Amino acid sequence: MDNVEKDFEPVFVGFFCNWCTATASDVAGTSRMQYPVNVRPIRTMCSSSVDPLYVLRALLGGADGVMIGGCTPGDCHYVSGNLKERRRIVVLKTILNTLDLEDKRIWLRWISAAEGRKYANTMIEITGKLKAMGHNPIKDYWSI
Amino acid sequence: MAKSVALEIGEEGLREALNGLLKKLLAMGVVDALLVPLKVPAGNSVVQALVTQVDMLKDAYPLAPVMPVNSARIISSMTRLSSSEKKIGVVIRPCELRALVELVKLKQASTQNMLLIGIDCFGTMSVNEYDKFAQEHIPSTAGFLKLIGENSIVREACQVCEYFSPLTADITIGLIGMDLSKEILILANTAEGEEVLQALGMEGEADSGVSSRRDEAISQLSAEREKKRDEFFERTNAQVYGLEKLLTTLSLCIGCHNCRDVCPMCYCKECFIDSPTFEWGADKYLEWATKKGALRMPTDTLLFHLTRLQHMVTSCVGCGMCQEACPNDLPVFGLFRMVGSKVQKVFDYVPGRSVEDELPLVIYKERELEWLTNY
Ligand code: SF4
Ligand code: SF4
Ligand code: FES
Repeated sequence: MDNVEKDFEPVFVGFFCNWCTATASDVAGTSRMQYPVNVRPIRTMCSSSVDPLYVLRALLGGADGVMIGGCTPGDCHYVSGNLKERRRIVVLKTILNTLDLEDKRIWLRWISAAEGRKYANTMIEITGKLKAMGHNPIKDYWSI
Repeated sequence: MAKSVALEIGEEGLREALNGLLKKLLAMGVVDALLVPLKVPAGNSVVQALVTQVDMLKDAYPLAPVMPVNSARIISSMTRLSSSEKKIGVVIRPCELRALVELVKLKQASTQNMLLIGIDCFGTMSVNEYDKFAQEHIPSTAGFLKLIGENSIVREACQVCEYFSPLTADITIGLIGMDLSKEILILANTAEGEEVLQALGMEGEADSGVSSRRDEAISQLSAEREKKRDEFFERTNAQVYGLEKLLTTLSLCIGCHNCRDVCPMCYCKECFIDSPTFEWGADKYLEWATKKGALRMPTDTLLFHLTRLQHMVTSCVGCGMCQEACPNDLPVFGLFRMVGSKVQKVFDYVPGRSVEDELPLVIYKERELEWLTNY
């Protein structure tokens, strides 16, 4: 693990559905669960309101990663937003992967409102993975 | 099973034989108008024209190897608000037809009251190249096609296209594998197509030998094209795989957005990149510039191309219009087509294959792609 950047604190954007992951983050907080502070959360009304454009905007703007949090299949308040979002994110990841642009910096997770523990664990997991990956190389170019 | 009738090519040649057919369609009132390539009165250009008078068809060059605009865009602008009340016959190339099918599914075009006449395509040249070519050569269609067969003067997009025969036309003008000085095949693929052939008095089934000659030629050409396509993807990959290479390629982009403006699949009235979401004040630009010490202006070249891919690539038909429109000749066609083929494969989707196939980003399955949320 020589090439792990020393003292690197990744920053990632979390697009959290109001009805599930955003609430789960409150649960984690009010239950005083410990998790790293590397996420910059943005509340959305549904995972499907996250056009991949915003994921790209975050990544190209210098975020080291992006996580989208939605309701478990069957629980989306708008019936199927999460399942449509899943297809869009697969498209996004396929595009990036085809061009070797580190699609592994993007996560889609289902975390329901009561799952504070899962939320905290996910934050720990993503922060750890991003630390191992190092900073987003797009930051090295001003000409994008 | 498609019904196919042989059309004899007489002394007058291929173009006249085809034009004769088109004239009949219009004169007999089978259609009220035809959208068909005509040579312009001033210049050599052949452009799509909406024809209502039979005698105008003397300038029709339905097979001229040039495609200035993807006709799906034209049909979309004609029918987006409401479908045509009169019958319009449309002479259309396979990639245009596939784009049209996508636009119909996206509710951006209507083929109601249209008779789709698809032609087997030998490829098209850039508008400029065609103009030079047409100055030097007698515009005999068979002559064009012969030259095309012998040289690779057609656009790169056409050289690697494996969908050179129309997939969903009412009537197909079958040229591949035919002796173009003797006979071609007219195929009716739909009930409407059959009625039209009947109205034209085109009875009787073509010799099965002739039809199977076309089928064989098609499968042979498909195999050749698939091979060429894969080699082309390899070359493209070498230009765009990895951030450094992609940025090198995109470093020539001037952000004119021509590639989007001509793309049949970019139908939005207002593109995200032109929307207020992308209007910033000086302070925001300075904030970005401060992060990296400098900021390329205008901004967001990579964001534009990646987002455009995200929004249209499940439907990219590989017409190559994007590349034609690029002032700096960026290899955008290769980039879009290669990424498109990867993405389309995920959903086993072929754009324009059928109006029945639902758009991948419109439907979903409850249980699928589950690896994604576990990664
Ligand atoms: S991206 Fe290019 S090749 Fe694909 S549909 Fe648009 S114009 Fe045609
Ligand atoms: S047409 Fe060429 S220069 Fe213009 S935006 Fe597209 S890639 Fe860039
Ligand atoms: S409401 Fe939570 S994902 Fe749709």
